[in-house]
Amino acid sequence: MIPAAFDYIRAHSPDEAFSHLQQHGGDARVLAGGQSLIPAMRFRLARPAVLVDINGLADLGRLELGRTALAIGAIARDSAIERAPWIGETRWSLLHDVSRVVADPVVRQMGTVVGSLCHNDPSGDWTAVALAARAAVVVRGRQGTRTVPIDDFLVDSFTTAVGEGEMALAVHFPVPGDRTAGSYQKVERKVGDFATAAAAVQVTLDGKGAIKEAGIALSAAGPCAVRVTEAEQALVGQKPTADVIRAAADAASKRSEPQADLRGSVEYKKNLAGVLVARGLRQALARLGVQA
Amino acid sequence: MSADVKAGHAIGVAMKRKEDPRFVQGKGHYVDDFSFPGMLFMALVRSPYPHATIKSIDISAAMKVPGVKAVITGKDLEAAGLGWLPTFHGLDKQMVLAIGKVLFQYQEVAAVFAESREAAADGAEQVQVDYDPLPVVADPFASKTDTVLLRPDREQKTNHIYHWEVGDRDRTDQTLAKSAKRVKQRIWFQRCHPAPLEPCGCVAFFDTMGRLQFYVTSQAPHVYRTALSLVTGIPEDRIHVISPDIGGGFGNKVPVYPGYVCAVVGALKLGHPVKWIETRTENLTSTGFARDYHMDVELGATADGKLTAVKVATTADHGAFDCAADPTKYPAGMFGICTGSYDVPVAHAEVDAYFTNKAPGGIAYRCSFRVTEASYAIERTMDVLADELGIDAVELRRKNFVKKEQFPYASALGFTYDSGDYEKTLQKALDTIGYQALLKEQQEKRARGELMGIGFSTFTEVVGAGPSKHFDILGIKMFDSAEIRIHPTGAGIVRAGTKSQGQGHETTWAQIVAEELGLDPQQIMVEEGDTDTAPYGLGTYASRSTPVAGAAIAMAARRIREKARKIAAHLLEVGEADVEWVDYRFQVKGVPAKTVTMKEVAFAAYTNMAQNEPGLEATFYYDPPNMTFPNGTYVAVVDVDRETGEVKVRRFLAVDDCGTIINPMIVEGQVHGGLTEGFAIAFMQEIQYDADGNNLNTNFTDYLVPTAQEAPHWETAQTVTPSPHHPIGAKGVGESPNVGSPAAFVNAVVDALSPLGVRHLEMPVTREKVWRAIREAEAGKGKAART
Ligand SMILES: Cc1cc2nc3c(=O)[nH]c(=O)nc-3n(C[C@H](O)[C@H](O)[C@H](O)COP(=O)(O)OP(=O)(O)OC[C@H]3O[C@@H](n4cnc5c(N)ncnc54)[C@H](O)[C@@H]3O)c2cc1C
Repeated sequence: MIPAAFDYIRAHSPDEAFSHLQQHGGDARVLAGGQSLIPAMRFRLARPAVLVDINGLADLGRLELGRTALAIGAIARDSAIERAPWIGETRWSLLHDVSRVVADPVVRQMGTVVGSLCHNDPSGDWTAVALAARAAVVVRGRQGTRTVPIDDFLVDSFTTAVGEGEMALAVHFPVPGDRTAGSYQKVERKVGDFATAAAAVQVTLDGKGAIKEAGIALSAAGPCAVRVTEAEQALVGQKPTADVIRAAADAASKRSEPQADLRGSVEYKKNLAGVLVARGLRQALARLGVQA
Repeated sequence: MSADVKAGHAIGVAMKRKEDPRFVQGKGHYVDDFSFPGMLFMALVRSPYPHATIKSIDISAAMKVPGVKAVITGKDLEAAGLGWLPTFHGLDKQMVLAIGKVLFQYQEVAAVFAESREAAADGAEQVQVDYDPLPVVADPFASKTDTVLLRPDREQKTNHIYHWEVGDRDRTDQTLAKSAKRVKQRIWFQRCHPAPLEPCGCVAFFDTMGRLQFYVTSQAPHVYRTALSLVTGIPEDRIHVISPDIGGGFGNKVPVYPGYVCAVVGALKLGHPVKWIETRTENLTSTGFARDYHMDVELGATADGKLTAVKVATTADHGAFDCAADPTKYPAGMFGICTGSYDVPVAHAEVDAYFTNKAPGGIAYRCSFRVTEASYAIERTMDVLADELGIDAVELRRKNFVKKEQFPYASALGFTYDSGDYEKTLQKALDTIGYQALLKEQQEKRARGELMGIGFSTFTEVVGAGPSKHFDILGIKMFDSAEIRIHPTGAGIVRAGTKSQGQGHETTWAQIVAEELGLDPQQIMVEEGDTDTAPYGLGTYASRSTPVAGAAIAMAARRIREKARKIAAHLLEVGEADVEWVDYRFQVKGVPAKTVTMKEVAFAAYTNMAQNEPGLEATFYYDPPNMTFPNGTYVAVVDVDRETGEVKVRRFLAVDDCGTIINPMIVEGQVHGGLTEGFAIAFMQEIQYDADGNNLNTNFTDYLVPTAQEAPHWETAQTVTPSPHHPIGAKGVGESPNVGSPAAFVNAVVDALSPLGVRHLEMPVTREKVWRAIREAEAGKGKAART
């Protein structure tokens, strides 16, 4: 577990980090919390020639809750979300849930939300949550910064819209509407394990109690986290009933295309996708005082 | 919970662990903390193939890596007569570095020595080995056919390693044939790994006197010294083995590993100290695994549930070499304990072991040799029998218990159980857990279609190896030893042949001495693990420390007391015969006012000893007259989620009877730790190989070690039935929870699923296995309903 040799640069400003990345291109990697990158380097699965450490950039560590969006900076830790003053509000319940089950308490002290998205592990937790919550990532490129909707950001396993020499600065989560709640459901073999299957669910109800907006996404269900559009369509405009939930769950199970591995077979994981979406919906609705 | 002890009254006191301030402050001194000037680092090149001929090894690129000093291969070692290493129980030998071919994935192929860890790792990456893959045998049943001969180096041209049996085969078969009820269950105790948090490692160097200084993570440092001397030819007086603080052993640190031999050779050849610290992957893939027993268990019973016979036939997978660290005469360890806590008239057990292209091992993961396998076999099958008979699993056990008045009890498979009161232990468990209320709750839940299970395990272990007439390793009898010196001020030091790896010897040993001599345990220092200073002993594993070394300490203390009595007589100005030991001090017989303390005697032993030999010390080598037989009743209560197969262990109660309890807090800690490992084995741990012999669990992402977050809440209680033959009545407890708990967990899950007709599940009981069992049962029911 000894990494191959590499150069290490500690950046003192986002500009400096960016210029190093531009200079070294594909040979360089951003070092955020290091909770994915360093293990990969120790197994020599990743061999970057240069690490650009952004942990000194305090400005990128902020959580800024604005009127329309919550901006999570590139080195804001999972643990900062877990302890954010607003995390107990019903509308943030999806973030509340995930911040308690991503990795383990020790890893959450270092691991970052943006790093997770950039890493784009097929079984990662934040990617599914970002899909369900319709987040967007702020990327700095040669042409300046651009905001990439999460659906376009997640390209393939371990591949994102962040190009060579670029870096992500923040992720923006839209501030959910009033009658919004979410739920993150994860089956894991033990604390700190990646998901065997997981479902991120967020729903907004209208004044009449029908579902106005729905975000449904799965982790460990394909090359990267997937939005279950069919489930969202089955929900929007409907009163939340057992039948509607079942339809969404079935759509999720059908959409799930997991890999068989030591965590479980394809069949088992597809079953879980449906079960977890149904549970997530019931819990989110219960948080809004609706039994379904 | 914890308490302080003053002079005497030390046994039974929950004294805080003397070692803990050091450990909780990160001040332990582990092998990787030792560094010496000019030290080199070693890295091993390992095989990516499970079975392949080595056509060539090219070290030229590795030698060009800056900092690399040397590379050695199997050929080099063979030339030096060090190509092979005898395994501990003497039935086999193991390649140090591969010679001619590799036999398992991650086998040691070459050793690289370099100036830094990084250079060593870079060098290892550059060693080019040309392999020619051979057909792979990844299954012991395939191995049986001898289609591929794995070990042509052996005289015996077969993959079969040994056949071992005990008991009366014919009478067992006849009895089974005549029995009114008969059940048979195939049970696999999966391959698992102790995975101590600190992996294995060593630092070796030859000092200015030409003496080998060998720092190593060893549970048995004295045996290492002898083994190293025998293997390398270095005279034993010129080997100094130091086993410093150890971060967990669990049997994994009993065998001598190839890396150790390579490090010694490197130190000799290069004239520099050599450090070798395994990676996690190396630990999981190449060092001693545990279990991998395929057991066919058969029980016979009368119609009303009295056991008539027990029969177990086992196929054991030992991997590429037979590196099981069992006593010489016991290739299958203490597997004969498979009749458990039950009065069985006749029994037979046999084990056939085979080579496969998997990592070698077969060590005892937190158990006395193969006792966990045996306990699991009987405790699991008792539930199958209860199901067949349609009677309560608790009643079946109670009906068959060896009764209190039957002790010492001669078992059908040759053990003499020392003591126990199984009925009382069971009753305490039933009362503590509230069995009747749980049964009622279960009934209500079942009516609602919910899955709740209650599982029992009423196990008996056999530990404390062992009496010299039966037990040896490499010919060395399995005694243990203690040396105690009491200083002028009444403080002292005790040294033993054992080696704590977390068991708390620094506290427990001091308590025994304090109790026997009426001294302050805080001022009794304990030292183990240094072969220059400690008396020879066989080490710490198989729950043998308290039964054997603990006894030696008590006996050595009693020797000191005898000497002290002479000095006390002098101080009290009476004849020795008029001095008695009362309430932790010497007293003139019948005159309670005339006393002298051990502390006073200690001072006199150096200042005013009269005609007596000065000093106050003693050594004792203890050869146990029998094994000890700790036992217990464990109860697990689980809820099963139908949709996901998730099992929640809602309650777990362990009632242990380990005889006299020296430190209740340490006993509780040992039980908590062992239960957590038992929980891991039952639900998450397995070293899996695919059909091509690739190891699938090479790091902690896929070999799961539970933390406080997923471990259930443990409830504990005790009964105390002292061992009649142990000087203080203690039996050993460190392993009971690991031995006893897997069956309780699995029995609980199977009980939860029993309304669906499920009778057995293999460990680890993963969510998916449970989910499948439920689904298949429901599909089966659907079919049955349709037809
Ligand atoms: C024991 C353990 C358990 C874990 N369990 C889980 C789990 O259950 N679920 C889960 O989702 N994750 C889990 N993780 C991963 C963890 O959450 C990581 O922290 C996370 O995936 C990556 O965040 P990081 O800040 O550590 O990123 P790093 O490891 O620093 O980086 C990850 C990758 O993203 C790139 N990157 C990071 N930041 C940027 C940026 N601003 N711009 C461009 N590229 C960037 C890096 O170059 C690297 O390629 C676990 C990790 C460990 C060690």
